[in-house]
Amino acid sequence: MNTKITTAAGVLALLATLSVVTPAQEPPTQIMARSQEAFLAAGNDMVARIAMKLINKAGKERLRDLTMLRRDLETGHQKYFMYFHQPADVRAMTFMVWKYPGRDDDRWLFVPAIKLVRRIAADDSRSSFVGSDFTYEDISGRDIELDSHTLLKEEAVAGTPCYVIESVPTSGSAGEYGRKLSWIAKDSWLPLKEEYYDRRAQLARVFTADEVQTIGGHPTVMRRTMRDVKREHRTEVAFESVRYDVGLAEALFAERYLREPPAEWIR
Amino acid sequence: MKLAGDSVGRAVVGILLITVVTQPAAAQETALHGFVQANYSVRVSETRPTDPRGDFLLGDQRLELEVARASESGRVRAYAKADFIHDAVDGDARLDVREVFLTLTSSRLDVRLGRQVITWGVGDLVFINDVFPKDWTALIAGQPLQYLKRGSDAANVNLYLGPISAQIVAIPFFEPDLLPDGTRLTGFTPFPGRPTREVKPAQRIEDTELALRVYGRVGRFDAAAYAFRGFWGSPPGMELDGDEAVRFYPGLAVYGASMQGAFAQGIVSLEAGFYDSRDDPDGRNPAIENSQLRALVGYQRALGDNLTVGAQYYAERVLDHEHYRLTLPPSFPARAQTRHNATLRVTRLFNYQTSQVSLFVWGSPNEEDYYVNPEVRHSLSDEVWIAVGANLFGGPRASTFFGQFDRNDNVYVTARYSF
Repeated sequence: MNTKITTAAGVLALLATLSVVTPAQEPPTQIMARSQEAFLAAGNDMVARIAMKLINKAGKERLRDLTMLRRDLETGHQKYFMYFHQPADVRAMTFMVWKYPGRDDDRWLFVPAIKLVRRIAADDSRSSFVGSDFTYEDISGRDIELDSHTLLKEEAVAGTPCYVIESVPTSGSAGEYGRKLSWIAKDSWLPLKEEYYDRRAQLARVFTADEVQTIGGHPTVMRRTMRDVKREHRTEVAFESVRYDVGLAEALFAERYLREPPAEWIR
Repeated sequence: MKLAGDSVGRAVVGILLITVVTQPAAAQETALHGFVQANYSVRVSETRPTDPRGDFLLGDQRLELEVARASESGRVRAYAKADFIHDAVDGDARLDVREVFLTLTSSRLDVRLGRQVITWGVGDLVFINDVFPKDWTALIAGQPLQYLKRGSDAANVNLYLGPISAQIVAIPFFEPDLLPDGTRLTGFTPFPGRPTREVKPAQRIEDTELALRVYGRVGRFDAAAYAFRGFWGSPPGMELDGDEAVRFYPGLAVYGASMQGAFAQGIVSLEAGFYDSRDDPDGRNPAIENSQLRALVGYQRALGDNLTVGAQYYAERVLDHEHYRLTLPPSFPARAQTRHNATLRVTRLFNYQTSQVSLFVWGSPNEEDYYVNPEVRHSLSDEVWIAVGANLFGGPRASTFFGQFDRNDNVYVTARYSF
């Protein structure tokens, strides 16, 4: 009995010491987790109208105009719903993702011309999202544990102090990149810049957060660009409207609404 | 190729179009969309049927218009889609009312009334529990995939009860599948050279087709159970009445289930169904298909960034095969008790998904017939795409599923501008 109390007291003391001694600096994995939370999971839910411009080397533009609904569930589960307004060829298509930490996501696509709901197989880390420079993983987040993270230095991006984190896929995980550098803003935890290097250590893609606004208390990247350095192709994304915590029901993320998109949210 | 175009449909489309034109801008949203499409195909088979019209299977030029409108509350929605077609092969102009329906929604119930396309099941071009009308002539001749599905004039009631949902479809107006009729496209007929008369089920209340789907999640899989009571959409029953061949649509009931979900870094699909041939319960009537068991297993996976591969195994087992063999007229080709099928689909995207090369192969190892569909598709812009492909059929016997279409081998081109 006594020994148990002593042990418990010792553990408590140790914990107290740790919390006092822990430096203000957070471990890099923690920084990445916080960044992902701020970047991809702000609020309990979100409704956004998003315009993606796909711009090729010759300057020719293609447009992907969509509404995205997101709801966060317990322990990292997220549900996404997308409705495509443009271009005409994919108009009224809907797309749903149930995202799970640590295992394959479930994805469904509804093809309105034949009223068909089908499951989509995609390689998260490599498959392009709707022909853009973003992968599925860029859109909904890569599992933090798939990489080992190191804090390299601190550096400002356009006057904002940032942590610079290096992420390297741990052996066995098939990431599309060999190494990624992220500039994470110390104030908002948003990634302001990312550099993706391929397995031959050459710069492949560059992400930049071009405009940040605070919406409903959440710093939000309103304009962003992903540039494919080698192919001289880029994707510019503009959030034309964003609302958080509007009270999206979990029931919205179901086959019913894939087939019959919820009019109140898809305007 | 027959196309539906009834006067009620015309009226509804007309009214909706007038609504669009007369609607003041920025009032309630009425969406008008569609496309203009040119779609040609030419027969390339070695042996060509002696068709006086020549070699073209499709000379299809069409405008598709789609109108959608929702009430202020969003609880009532109207939708109409019609194709205005000029067929250069026949020199005909036609209207095809693809869909015209109203959708009424409430918290746990959606009701959709009107002509509508309904698609069930998890197969890739393999349909077990999807008993809704199909236009196989469209697929064979080289039209885009969407024309494989035809509308049903139906009431479609959907109930959402939390983890379980149910869909009940009532189709009072039977529509058969469209199959090659020996004019532009050729296929197997047990009574060649005879005039054929078609007898459809009467439009009586008791002959209304009913289809039920109950679905939800089982673990990490999408699961569904199905039941259907109606008629064989294809193949039809065939019998002789004097000198005439009669094509009719015997009673059918189908009971089945499907599962689909993420598995082994891909998507696995399972589906099975029991086809109860209601008008030939013991399989002794050679004019009517016997009861059958059908089962499918499929697997689809992305390999790398832009390549997707899907494979399926599908089996169709004829029940009471002994009775079928005993009653089959001696001159008729007998088929195997179980037809085995394997399909493979490979799709590769290029250049930021603006170009796509795909290959679909469907073969039967025991009946030795096949269907091959290579296609190249390129988007010139967000609005315009063009596709070139081929439909190739073959097999040693003209009575098998794909062997019968051997003389319809074709090369097709489709160009579409969407707005």
